[in-house]
Amino acid sequence: MVWNEIEKMDREQLNELQIARLQETVKWVWDKVPAYRQRMEGEGIRPEDIRSLDDLALLPMTTKDDLRDNYPFGLFAVGPEEIVRVHASSGTTGKPTVVGYTQEDIQNWAEVMARTLVCGGATKNDVVQIAYGYGLFTGGLGVHYGAERLGATVIPTSAGHTRRQIMLMQDLKTTVLACTPSYALYLAETMGELGISSQDLSLRLGFLGAEPWSDAMRKQIEAALGIDAIDIYGLSEIMGPGVASECLAKDGLHVFEDHFIAEVVDPATGKPVEDGAQGELVFTTINKKGLPMIRYRTRDITILNRQPCSCGRTHARIKKVLGRTDDMLIIRGVNIFPSQIEEALLAMGHIEPHYVLVVDRERGLDELEVWVELNREAFIDEVRRIEELERQIKRGIEETLGIGVQVRLVEPKTIARSEGKAKRIIDRREIK
Amino acid sequence: MKVKQLSIFLENKSGRLAALSRALAEQNINIRALSLADTADFGILRLIVDDPEKGYAFLKKEGFAVRLTDVLAVRVPDRPGGLAEVLNAIHQRGLNVEYMYAFVEKAGDDALVIVRMDDPDNAIGILQEMGVGLLTGDEVYAL
Repeated sequence: MVWNEIEKMDREQLNELQIARLQETVKWVWDKVPAYRQRMEGEGIRPEDIRSLDDLALLPMTTKDDLRDNYPFGLFAVGPEEIVRVHASSGTTGKPTVVGYTQEDIQNWAEVMARTLVCGGATKNDVVQIAYGYGLFTGGLGVHYGAERLGATVIPTSAGHTRRQIMLMQDLKTTVLACTPSYALYLAETMGELGISSQDLSLRLGFLGAEPWSDAMRKQIEAALGIDAIDIYGLSEIMGPGVASECLAKDGLHVFEDHFIAEVVDPATGKPVEDGAQGELVFTTINKKGLPMIRYRTRDITILNRQPCSCGRTHARIKKVLGRTDDMLIIRGVNIFPSQIEEALLAMGHIEPHYVLVVDRERGLDELEVWVELNREAFIDEVRRIEELERQIKRGIEETLGIGVQVRLVEPKTIARSEGKAKRIIDRREIK
Repeated sequence: MKVKQLSIFLENKSGRLAALSRALAEQNINIRALSLADTADFGILRLIVDDPEKGYAFLKKEGFAVRLTDVLAVRVPDRPGGLAEVLNAIHQRGLNVEYMYAFVEKAGDDALVIVRMDDPDNAIGILQEMGVGLLTGDEVYAL
């Protein structure tokens, strides 16, 4: 089943559609976004130079730093009167990345999200429980609009309140669960504690994303919840959930190519790599008005596959994301940059920014522990004052990150210093 | 009458205490009394040594989070009720003990406890006025 026949469009026709929409988008940003125009002019590129899909490589790339430098609305192509929604995600420093949508963008987002749900086997008869966070995070509202577009029954539980989630799953006969993979595992574990098995539920599908996860974890989730677990991909800079989705073949995620052009490039040079080679995923939106993105570097590592799929879709597939080119961590669906923690520590004044982030997955849920060096000046010979200092650091970091962390003070000079980039992360989660 | 104590922040992980005592031994610094306060994550080691300034400088150089803390060395009659009398006196005068621990050596016939007070300078006057015996730093280091 496909939601929209365009997903099976003949490859040549699809390429023609892509080039036409790309040309439109390039013209749009040239006219509407001074920052894009300046960069294109700097490279000596004009919209009419984009004649084929290969010419995409001529265009300058966009990064999260560009969004930060133009915070909050500098890359928007329309005025506030046209924007009907904003979302935000963590930036590499204090300021978040703000994204905006026109009415039409929201419609298109619902369209690609509805495709995602159908791609993974959902229908309008399903009862979809959305346990992604609702709010600035695109997960909750993104899936919500798609599920409504599909005509399914939506239960907008948002994240958390695990026992209530399970009760509602039982009582409302939820058939589709949408949440992060780690939360799916946590739900399964809590069900175990409550003596509830997958037999007691009506669940048949899970749409899991916003976090890297392995095939081993998929098997575990599928067994524990009695579902097909579908990997979905998205990022707020491009749209949110609905950028790419697995079909039931579970062999790569179809990119909805009439909306997004995917490239895979060498992270070091930015040059496109051959299909089938590993590299950094880069997206260009070709049907988005509010915040169009030209060659946005996702920092996600994957492989592009344009071979036809057994499901009948012609749209290219990306492999399950294999890692990151930067030091961003995704914890419980929230983007975390070590630099944010550094900033929070420095803001406290008397703490040196020597720290290590230890990420672990306990009972299916990601836990973040921050080890911070206690310097001699901050050391006071009283247990309660050191404990108070720990709490202060914990509060400071939690306010910056928006998620709970554990803080452990360690002795001075025990965190390894290294030339250049310090080893700041110990990730004990088994993703691969 | 104040006695210098070394206070050292230690992580709760195996071998830290051994490493520290080995380091002090190499410097020929003798530990006379010690106490360890610990929580789930960390501990504070408190040491009375024969040469606190040398110990401090050395541990600082070695990168430990170390501090010199003023404490009092209080004589306690070595018999049942001896400690109770001293503590009672301290309590009656509204002085606050943050922590205390016993010294291994005796000072003559008396037992010796190391006491950390909120305000050691004030406490010295009050304790002496009450007839509680205190040892000087040099007396303690030489025990």
